[in-house]
Amino acid sequence: MTDEQPDTDSTGGEAQKPITVFLVDDHGLFRAGVRAELDRGVPDVEVVGEAGSVDEAVAAIRHHTPDVVLLDVHMPDGGGAEVLRRVRPEAPSVVFLALSVSDAAEDVIAVIRAGARGYVTKTISGRDLADAVRRVHGGDAVFSPRLAGFVLDVFSDRPGAAPPGDPELDLLTRRERDVLRLLARGYAYKEIAGELFISVKTVETHVSSVLRKTQLSNRYELSRWASDRRLV
Amino acid sequence: MPTRGALERRRSGRLVAGVAGGVADHLGIDVLWVRAAFVVLAAINGAGVVGYALLWMFVRQESADTERAVPRRERQQAIGLVVLGLGIGLVAALLGNSVIGWIVGPLGVAALGAAVVWREADEAQRRRWAAGARSGVTGAAGGGRTALIRIVAGALFVALGIAVFLIGNINLGQVQFGLLAVIATIVGVGVLTVPWWLRLARDLGEERRQRIVEAERAEIAAHLHDSVLQTLALIQRQSDDPREVARLARGQERELRHWLYGPQGYGRGSTGGGVKAPALDEGLAESLTKAAAEVEDTYALTVSPVLVGADRQLDADLRALVLAAREAMVNAAKHAGVDEISVYVEIEPDEVNVFVRDRGKGFDPDDVPADRHGLADSIKARMARHGGRVRLRSTPGEGTEVHLAMTISDPAAPDRATDTDNEDRQEAPS
Repeated sequence: MTDEQPDTDSTGGEAQKPITVFLVDDHGLFRAGVRAELDRGVPDVEVVGEAGSVDEAVAAIRHHTPDVVLLDVHMPDGGGAEVLRRVRPEAPSVVFLALSVSDAAEDVIAVIRAGARGYVTKTISGRDLADAVRRVHGGDAVFSPRLAGFVLDVFSDRPGAAPPGDPELDLLTRRERDVLRLLARGYAYKEIAGELFISVKTVETHVSSVLRKTQLSNRYELSRWASDRRLV
Repeated sequence: MPTRGALERRRSGRLVAGVAGGVADHLGIDVLWVRAAFVVLAAINGAGVVGYALLWMFVRQESADTERAVPRRERQQAIGLVVLGLGIGLVAALLGNSVIGWIVGPLGVAALGAAVVWREADEAQRRRWAAGARSGVTGAAGGGRTALIRIVAGALFVALGIAVFLIGNINLGQVQFGLLAVIATIVGVGVLTVPWWLRLARDLGEERRQRIVEAERAEIAAHLHDSVLQTLALIQRQSDDPREVARLARGQERELRHWLYGPQGYGRGSTGGGVKAPALDEGLAESLTKAAAEVEDTYALTVSPVLVGADRQLDADLRALVLAAREAMVNAAKHAGVDEISVYVEIEPDEVNVFVRDRGKGFDPDDVPADRHGLADSIKARMARHGGRVRLRSTPGEGTEVHLAMTISDPAAPDRATDTDNEDRQEAPS
């Protein structure tokens, strides 16, 4: 989706130009930790800046226009969702990956709906984080098992759930559900591909499609989450 | 003055009570206009005077001592305006406007006295704040002789005004006059003590708020002390054992998270809006989460359960499922040699599926040593007794996944089993 830099796109792990990353988190200690981890072992990812508050982040992201922003979900003054709301319209090329210690479903879904391309927990290892950065930069979505679980839950057809309004957006296909289920079980994309006898590319397509539905669907639970957070 | 806070009366740079200045600050306009408005309003049956008095009564004085230099010109203008206001009032009274005649007459004298007393109350409040800031002593004594003189003088003015007002009505009958005197006295005392009543009410509210804040703080402090501080102390003592440190940190993280985001969590509003976090309700979800936590604590690794679906109350079958799942986690922790286990639980209306997966050593399912009772007894046999299914997939070098499936026999009766482990062994359908 970041088409203006075709050389670093999807396949190019060893491209000359490193992926520029911007950190947004109100905990300085955590920023320092992530920066150290990414600077140390990951040559193709470069941290270009960091911010500790929503306003600071908005200004700095406008200024730097990094490839990827690592965004804390919980911050004073509106948190990650607020940053997304203010920056995205102006800088559509910047990709956001949400990071959080909170596993509250509504918080996670709120940033995803505000436009983040993925969600990982802060306990993730440096290597996995770098992977996730590469993947969102390449245009994919990053679903941690927990996020996959949340999304499955939202789209489940439990008794009493409101009937879908737009089937194209409000229902997951059988295949998407299978992929999500395997993600929630802790499978990597490659393992999912092997399990379902499809290509990794197809897995990525399914996950992106689920992300799109999560962002655009008007399902009752989703809109309630969103309106609780005044997103809509 | 662009900052637009709550309406507060000015403390410095005021002429009478700082009302006009406060209003000007609040509206962001020049104070001269506000004063002029009060003067013009004063000409209309004294509305300006009444409005000023009401604002004086009910608007709090600003608490911070901001220095305002008042230019000579502004002070002169202000005094001029006050005099002008009085003049307009007098002229209106002379023109026969009865209400104004009242105000400027004896009641005007009383109002003047009240103004003096109120102003002194403002001063006392200021001194009290200042004293509180300096020494922590609240309720400091008044401002000595001058303050006393001012208060007494104000009270005398009020009394005098009321007396003159009463004498003006002396032609009334005995009873009416007595009644009027009583009412006038009560009103006079009421007006004089207004500042103290207001202060009493405000102090009460303030104290209540502080008590609530204090209780909240105490609760948080107690919790942090019991949990986080203890854990940090333990971690320091065990700092040479990274496994133990990780175990402690993970356990503490889980506990704190539950406290913050759990069902009755601290960080969760009482409305509980949104879909509940899929875990941590009473029932299947909670007991599975608890089992995962126990395995985490015992074997010092990470078990991250992901739960999907509406929670159910435990019954005998589901209890067996939880125990089997726990055993599967324990097996993975003991034998796989990994530091993370994935657990996925899907609760459907008619079936519950649990997947326990590791990326560890793996083994050949046909080649399990005979002494490993865990898999045979605790998982397979237990599941079989309750009509559940076990599917085991393991590849040496790639990891193991245990899939446990339990059909819910009676979806309509989600009764909670109150049994112990014995029940588990009692009935064996096969």
